[in-house]
Amino acid sequence: MAAEFHIHDIVVIGSGLAGLRAALEAKRHGTVAVLAKLYPTRCHSTAAQGGIAAALGNEEPDSPEWHFYDTVKGSDFLGDQDAIEVMCEDAIRTVIELEHMGVPFSRTPEGKIAQRRFGGHTRDFGAAPVRRACYSADRTGHAIVFALYEQCQLAGVEFFSEFHVLDIVVRDGKAAGVIALELATGKLHAFQARAVVVASGGYGRLFKTTSNAITNTGDCLSILFQRGLPLEDMEFFQFHPTGIYGLGILITEGARGEGGVLRNRQGERFMERYAPTIKDLAPRDMVSRAILQEIREGRGIDGRDFVYLDLTHVPEGVIEERLPEIRQFCRVYLGIDPSDSPIPVVPTAHYGMGGIPTDIDGRVLSDERGNVVRGLYAAGECACVSVHGANRLGCNSLLDTVVFGRRAGIAIGRELKYLEPSTIQDEEVKKVESDIERVLSRKGKVRTAHLRRALQECMMQRCSVFRSESSLKEALKEIGDLREMYQEVGIQDKGRVFNTELTEVIELGHLITLAEIVAGSALQRTESRGAHYREDHPERDDRNFLKHTFAFSTDRGILFRFKDVTITRFQPEERRY
Amino acid sequence: MRPYRLKILRFDPSKDSNPHWQVYQIRMGEYERLLDGLIRIKGEIDGTLTFRRSCAHGICGSCAMKINGKNSLACQTLAKDLPEETVVEPLQGYPVIRDLVVDMGEFFRKNDEVMPYLINPEPPPDRERLQSPEEQQRILQSITCIMCGSCTGACPSYWLDRQYLGPSALLKAYRFIFDSRDRATKERLRKILHEHGLWRCHTIYNCVEVCPKEIDITYHIKALKRLALREALRIRQG
Ligand SMILES: Cc1cc2nc3c(=O)[nH]c(=O)nc-3n(C[C@H](O)[C@H](O)[C@H](O)COP(=O)(O)OP(=O)(O)OC[C@H]3O[C@@H](n4cnc5c(N)ncnc54)[C@H](O)[C@@H]3O)c2cc1C
Ligand code: SF4
Ligand code: FES
Repeated sequence: MAAEFHIHDIVVIGSGLAGLRAALEAKRHGTVAVLAKLYPTRCHSTAAQGGIAAALGNEEPDSPEWHFYDTVKGSDFLGDQDAIEVMCEDAIRTVIELEHMGVPFSRTPEGKIAQRRFGGHTRDFGAAPVRRACYSADRTGHAIVFALYEQCQLAGVEFFSEFHVLDIVVRDGKAAGVIALELATGKLHAFQARAVVVASGGYGRLFKTTSNAITNTGDCLSILFQRGLPLEDMEFFQFHPTGIYGLGILITEGARGEGGVLRNRQGERFMERYAPTIKDLAPRDMVSRAILQEIREGRGIDGRDFVYLDLTHVPEGVIEERLPEIRQFCRVYLGIDPSDSPIPVVPTAHYGMGGIPTDIDGRVLSDERGNVVRGLYAAGECACVSVHGANRLGCNSLLDTVVFGRRAGIAIGRELKYLEPSTIQDEEVKKVESDIERVLSRKGKVRTAHLRRALQECMMQRCSVFRSESSLKEALKEIGDLREMYQEVGIQDKGRVFNTELTEVIELGHLITLAEIVAGSALQRTESRGAHYREDHPERDDRNFLKHTFAFSTDRGILFRFKDVTITRFQPEERRY
Repeated sequence: MRPYRLKILRFDPSKDSNPHWQVYQIRMGEYERLLDGLIRIKGEIDGTLTFRRSCAHGICGSCAMKINGKNSLACQTLAKDLPEETVVEPLQGYPVIRDLVVDMGEFFRKNDEVMPYLINPEPPPDRERLQSPEEQQRILQSITCIMCGSCTGACPSYWLDRQYLGPSALLKAYRFIFDSRDRATKERLRKILHEHGLWRCHTIYNCVEVCPKEIDITYHIKALKRLALREALRIRQG
C-alpha cells in the first residue's frame, strides 16, 4: 500500500491537554496537524478528576510563592526550581485564561472559581492545607479537554484521529516529521514538518494496577529513546494512594480534600501517625507507603491487602455536588454508595514524573549538558521539565500540561523562521512498512496478552512503591527474558483495516523498553527520594543524588549520565508534613 | 466466575461481504466488565476480534456498542447484569468499519455544526467571568457528555433522517446557549433551526434511556424548543 505524504509547519503528537494547548498556540504561527491514536476527546486527560492548581486565593489567602515552595518540597527537592517558579507564577493567568475559553469551573456562592484542598498544597510554607485546586466537580480534565478541543477547532487546527504514530524522524539533529498508521485503512502516512511537538502522555500501563488508560503505553518515549535521545528521571513513578481495590480506577485526592479519611482494620485514621500536621493530605508518595506499611503490618481490612477510604461522615450534598463521578464509579463498579460504606482502596500506578527532557520552553534536550534537538518539542506527562522532580503534587499535572504546552507553542512561534521544512525519505517510510510486515508475518506461539500481563506483574512486584537492589536485579533479569520471548509473539490478525492486534504488539514492545529503563534507573539510584523508595537505602542522599538521571541507549545497554538540579530559592531540607 | 456465551456480530471488509455471528464461550466474575470479557477473548482466543477501548471506566466514550439490543458502554456493563447468552453488536446507527468499530466521523462533524465553543465578544475581565452556582446548575448535566454516540445512534428520528443533527449535537448547543457567559444564542439557534434540526426531535426518549452518563437529554432539548418559540415570538412581535 502506497504511503501518503503530508506537509505541515507544525505536527503535534497527542490530543491531550498538552497537545491541544500547544496546537492552539502554534496555530498562530503556521499550519498545525494534531495526530492522535484515539478520537481527540478520548485522550486520558479527560479522566483527570480532582482539579488544576493555582493560587487564586478565591476561598482563602494564598500565594504563588507558597505554591512554588510546596511543589519544590513535594518534589523532594529534585524539581528544577527555575521551571517550578515559571509554572507557579503562570498558574493564575492560566486558569483565568481557561475560564475565559469556557471551562465550566465549579463556583463559590459569589460566582468565583471554587477551590478545594489537595495533597501537599499548604499555606505559609507548610503550616496547614490550603484551598488551591480549581475544579469542575470531579470532571476537571474532561471540562478542560473539551474547551481546548473546541478552541482548536475554531482556530482551524487539523485533526488526524486514530492515527497511530510509529516513528518520529529526527535527522542531523533536527526533527523532520512523523510516520503514522491510519487505523481505519491500515495505510502509512508521512507528516513532514518544520517542528514536531511530542505530547503523547503517560505510560502507566507498565504496571498491573493502574489508573491509566489501556492506551497509555508511552510509545513516543520509547521511540525517541531508540533513536538515541535520552530519557530523564525514569525511576520516579507515582503511585496514587487511592485506586479502587482490584480495579485501579482512581478515587481523586479531592475526596480527601473534601474531608475523606483513610482507615485501617482497627478503624484508626492512621495518617495521623505518618504526617501529624496535614495527615490524609500528605503528598502521595508518603500516603502510598503508609497504606502499604499498614497492610504489611497486618492492619489491612480483615488482614487483607487494602484499606478503607471513608467518606461516610462527609455530607451527602457535598458528595453529590463535588464528587458525583466518584459516587457513580462506586455504585457501578463496587455496588456501594460512598455515603453509606467506606471504599476499599490500594495504591495504583498513576503518573510518570520522568520523561523526555526539555528546557522551560519545551525544547527537547539531546543530552545532560543542555543541547537541544532543533525543531523537536515535548510537553505534558511524556516530558520532564522537571517541575515534579521525585514526586508530583496533585493538580500540578494539568497545570504543567497547559503551561508548558503553551510555552512550547510560543517557542515554536519564535523559532519557526529558523526551522527549515524537512522531508521524510521513501526509505524511512519503507523501513516502517517492513517493520509492520514483519510483525504481521509472525507465527510464534507466545500471546501478547500473556507477555503483557507478565511484564505488568513483574513491575508491580519488583519495581513499584518499595524497591531494593535484589528486587530490581530480578526485575531486570525478568524483563530481559520477556524481551527474548517478545521475539516469539505470534499474531492472528493479518489484515490491515483497524488491526488493533498489530498496535498492541507494537505497544508491548515499547512497554518492555520502558520497563528496562525504569528498573535500570531505579537500580543505579541508591537512595530514597519521593516516589523512589529503596528499602536497602531508606535515606535521601543529597551529596550523591541531588541530580537528574539521564538514560541513553547504547550498543552495550543503557548508559546513565547526570544533570545537576537547578536550585534558586529553597535549599533542600528534611521533608516533614 | 460464571460461564457466558457471547454472540458477537463480526465484519471484516477485507474478507466478508456480509456481517456474520460468532459465538465465544468465556467465564467472567460478577464485577468484571463486559469490556474485560472482550479483552480476554482478544488476548486468549481470537486476536482478530476488534473493538475500541481506552479508559475502561466510562469517561472517554470509546467503547460504546449495542449490548443485548441497547447502545451501552462495554466498560460500564458488569457481568452480573448480563444474561448468560449475551448479544454484542456494533453501536446502532453508524456505518461499520470493522467488527465493533463504527465510523463516527459524521457524528463529530454534526457536533461541530452547532458552534461548540464559548462566544463572548465583550473584552474579558482581568479575573474570571462570574457565574453563580445557580447559573452553572443549568449547564451541569449537559457538560458531562462524553460523546459516546449512544443517544444519536438510538434515535428513531435519526434513523429516518440521517442528516438530523441528533440529540448529542443539540445537547451541545444547549450547553453553550444556556451558559451565562455565552453571547451567541441567536447565531446558534440559527444553526439548529432548520429541517434537520431541533424540531426533528419527537420526544421519543430513546436517547435518555441509553445515555451512560444518565443525562436527561430530552429535558434539554425541550428547553431549547421553548427558547426557540420565545425567540420566534419576539421576532414576530418585532
Ligand atoms: C485517572 C486520572 C486522574 C487524574 N487527575 C488529575 C487531576 O485531577 N489533576 C492533575 O493535575 N492531574 C491529574 N492526573 C494526571 C493528568 O491527568 C495527566 O498527567 C495529564 O492529563 C496528561 O496529559 P497529556 O496531554 O500529557 O497526555 P494525555 O491526555 O494522556 O494525551 C496523550 C495523547 O497522546 C496520544 N498518543 C499517545 N501515543 C500515541 C501514538 N503512538 N500515536 C498517536 N497518538 C498517541 C493519545 O491518543 C492522546 O491523545 C490524573 C491522571 C489520571 C490517570
Ligand atoms: S448525551 Fe449521553 S449518550 Fe449522548 S453522546 Fe453524550 S454521553 Fe453519549
Ligand atoms: S473505554 Fe472509555 S468509555 Fe469505555
